[in-house]
Amino acid sequence: MSTSSRPAIKLPDRTLLLLVPGIVIVLTLFLYPFLFGFILSFLSHQGPNLGNYTKFFSTPFLSETIWTTLWISLPATLINIGFALPVAFVTRRHRFQRALTAILVIPITLGTVLIAEGLLTYLGPQGWLNRLLLMLHISTSPVHLTHNYWGVFLSLVVSGFPFAYLLLLSYLTGIDPALPQAAATLGASPWRRFIHIYLPLLIPGLAIAFCLSFVQAFSVFPSAVLLGAPAGPTRVISIAAYQAAFEDYDYPMASAIAMVMAGVQLLVVALALTSRNLFYRGPTTGGKG
Amino acid sequence: MTELQPTTQPHPAEGRRSQIFQQLRLEKVTRSFGGTIALSGLDLTIQSGEFIALLGPSGCGKSTALNCVAGLLPLTDGSIWLDQQRIDLMPPERRGFGMVFQNYALFPHLTVRRNVGFGLVMRRMSKKEVRRRVDAALDLVQLKAFGDQLPGRLSGGQQQRVAIARAIVVEPSVILMDEPLSNLDAKLRLEMRTEIKRIHRDLQRTTIYVTHDQDEALSLADRIVVLNEGRTLQIGSPEELYTRPANLQVARFMGYRNILELDLERVEQQRVFLAGPDFRLEGIACAELAGRRAFAAIRPDDFLVTINEAGSRPTGARNSILGQAEIVEYCGRDYLVDIATSSGLLLHARTQRRVEPGARVHLEVPEERVLAFSAA
Amino acid sequence: MGFFVLNVLALIAAVVVDSFATTWLGTWLPAGFTGRWYGSAWTEFQLDNVLMVTVEVVFAVVAISLLLGIPAAYAMARRTFRFKRVVLLLFVLPLLVPPMTYGIPLATVLYSLHLAGTINGVILANLVPAVPFVILVMTPYIEQIDPKLEAAARVFGAGTFRLFLHVLVPLLAPGILAAGLLVLVRTIGMFELTFLTAGPDSQTLVVALYYTVFAAGVRSAQSIDAMAVIYMVATLIWLLIALRFVNPTQLVTRVRQ
Repeated sequence: MSTSSRPAIKLPDRTLLLLVPGIVIVLTLFLYPFLFGFILSFLSHQGPNLGNYTKFFSTPFLSETIWTTLWISLPATLINIGFALPVAFVTRRHRFQRALTAILVIPITLGTVLIAEGLLTYLGPQGWLNRLLLMLHISTSPVHLTHNYWGVFLSLVVSGFPFAYLLLLSYLTGIDPALPQAAATLGASPWRRFIHIYLPLLIPGLAIAFCLSFVQAFSVFPSAVLLGAPAGPTRVISIAAYQAAFEDYDYPMASAIAMVMAGVQLLVVALALTSRNLFYRGPTTGGKG
Repeated sequence: MTELQPTTQPHPAEGRRSQIFQQLRLEKVTRSFGGTIALSGLDLTIQSGEFIALLGPSGCGKSTALNCVAGLLPLTDGSIWLDQQRIDLMPPERRGFGMVFQNYALFPHLTVRRNVGFGLVMRRMSKKEVRRRVDAALDLVQLKAFGDQLPGRLSGGQQQRVAIARAIVVEPSVILMDEPLSNLDAKLRLEMRTEIKRIHRDLQRTTIYVTHDQDEALSLADRIVVLNEGRTLQIGSPEELYTRPANLQVARFMGYRNILELDLERVEQQRVFLAGPDFRLEGIACAELAGRRAFAAIRPDDFLVTINEAGSRPTGARNSILGQAEIVEYCGRDYLVDIATSSGLLLHARTQRRVEPGARVHLEVPEERVLAFSAA
Repeated sequence: MGFFVLNVLALIAAVVVDSFATTWLGTWLPAGFTGRWYGSAWTEFQLDNVLMVTVEVVFAVVAISLLLGIPAAYAMARRTFRFKRVVLLLFVLPLLVPPMTYGIPLATVLYSLHLAGTINGVILANLVPAVPFVILVMTPYIEQIDPKLEAAARVFGAGTFRLFLHVLVPLLAPGILAAGLLVLVRTIGMFELTFLTAGPDSQTLVVALYYTVFAAGVRSAQSIDAMAVIYMVATLIWLLIALRFVNPTQLVTRVRQ
């Protein structure tokens, strides 16, 4: 080899430097606080130990928030997904689908605080819903739907259903329409096309929609405070974390609760995703493009 | 194998309409999409066992026609009949047809065996019967070894065979194919063409085949329907279309590359006499001719090309043209030569013998291979 | 479905009607209508200050997230590299983990840096979901632009910067507009992160609304609803504009398996 020829050094790709600012933001503002919180959660007044976690799980006032939260978020998630699937299926080729999605995106955009305030007015003892129920003689006295479990539950439906619907709709429209057509020419009725084609191809999307919906419902905060009974039946885990941080200024304890929160979410998501792996996962189109 | 031979008895488990019919009839089948007409008044009667090709450029309405027959698109107007039974209002799953989709539309979550058996399961056949028929169908398309794979792992040609097996295993009364070869490379396309021909010969199933490739249509079909912009241009056997296209559009589509507008001298029954700037042609009238001008259509391979060494002058004899070779393309079996006449008219001819660019050549064409169409 | 939509519309209508009511007790409609609650809400809740903060925060978040997100999206669309899946996961996670979960540790860190309670802290916190969101929205837009166009621009002598300016930005304009509007709408409505990191002088409209609803007994219901309507108008105007350019499903993050 002649001395003048330089060895071919693989230069680092400078385009990848474009990633750096984005990665720095996520690392410093997302991952670092998470790790910081994780370490902080093991610090109590006596030095590093599990004190915060033992305190959390041995104090019913704190540990019961897990069940309270699950008791609200799981049924709400199941109802949202359960209704969103057939509705998305029926409207997937509907003429007014775009108008419908535009209306449904409104509750998502307005956010939970406004939904809570709206529901307070709408569902309250003087609200339109109770007037209607009384007028139609469905009920004889105003139904209490605010400042209790149902208020929070309904707020999770109002904000969670559109979310689940839009998510499932985008998964549904990702399925190659030639597949159900092929099934139809082979003699499959609409119902059997749904069971044999749509449903199996939709399982991965359903699992992800369930996870995202659940995780959102599990971290419910503003509506649990405003619409619920934050001292009792709707004292969700977010409230406990918030109070530890901003009312008791006990940051290690608040971090510990946040970690428990993340842990429970992770557990449910892991369960959902593992069950998904029992089914088919792969492309939802039928052949080469 | 034997199960897939034409059966006179419908399978007892089918319990649906009989496989046997005399005619599939399309009457004024029309389909429009929001104001634009994709298919306009298609009339077609298909005999049982026939192989029909719907031929035309993209957007001509051929796939629309197929989807209407399959039941995937409702008609805007017209009707479709299977003998005395009107079927255009029937949902696709009750028509009992088999369809091969352009992108195959194999169910990605089911194995090859379960893809092929899908239609049989929908017909509620016993597990044993399903297995037997799927085996036979996989044998037919030579894919026995791939039964337990997911279709995503197969090559394009293999996916194509699965799609065909899935369509024929239900012993459909009609098989519909939507450009089934368009996603394959050239070599595989020829192989699969032969395969489709073989399957049709063996099973004698009525087949409607959509394509934009005239070679495919000519080689496969008993009859070809040429469509353009939703309208039917001609229906006929491959030979008819090739030798007697009904109009200039079909002629162009059938490879008549030389379309010359000439003076109309006179018409004697079927015979037509035409004059160009420096040659005269005799041909056959393919339409009512009137006025002073007419079009002559000639295929490049109908010219007889000879080298004109002597540089002789035009004799004025009919169907004899002198010119100079301009561009010569070697095509393997023969040469494609662009020839300019002395008046500057450009003609395309094919010849077996090598011609040098710039050479003086003499062209002859038999009068039955010159087709005349009206200029209107 | 219709039932659901009807209830959502009724919910919104109830807020709007109440905000214009003189008094509304025990009847279908209020006794009379007035616009004075808007005036009182405006002064009572210092909305001019809150709106200023909201505008500052939202536009800073949109600008910064586009500036940082688009180049990163370009790299994600055009390059394959080791650990790409890890980087992708890093960008997806902040969108999947609910803000309440990471917001508390984040607020703790910001407090220790004396950033919490300031506008800068609020902006930083809102960047956490915004930057990854821009990256995920923009990556498919960039992927669909033929790399040959860039090659052609380079052959004709455009450097990287001019390539971005003259070729990519014009081609990506619809995508950039869409991503910007989506971030804008999401940031106006982002309650949790702002709530956890804002101080009294750095509240955005949603957080201010939360505090007034929280302290509902003190204020009249009508002025709270007047503020809610102001918030709705501020959000829905942008949503309407956004819907002209994007598919509503884009507001919801879709994750591929």
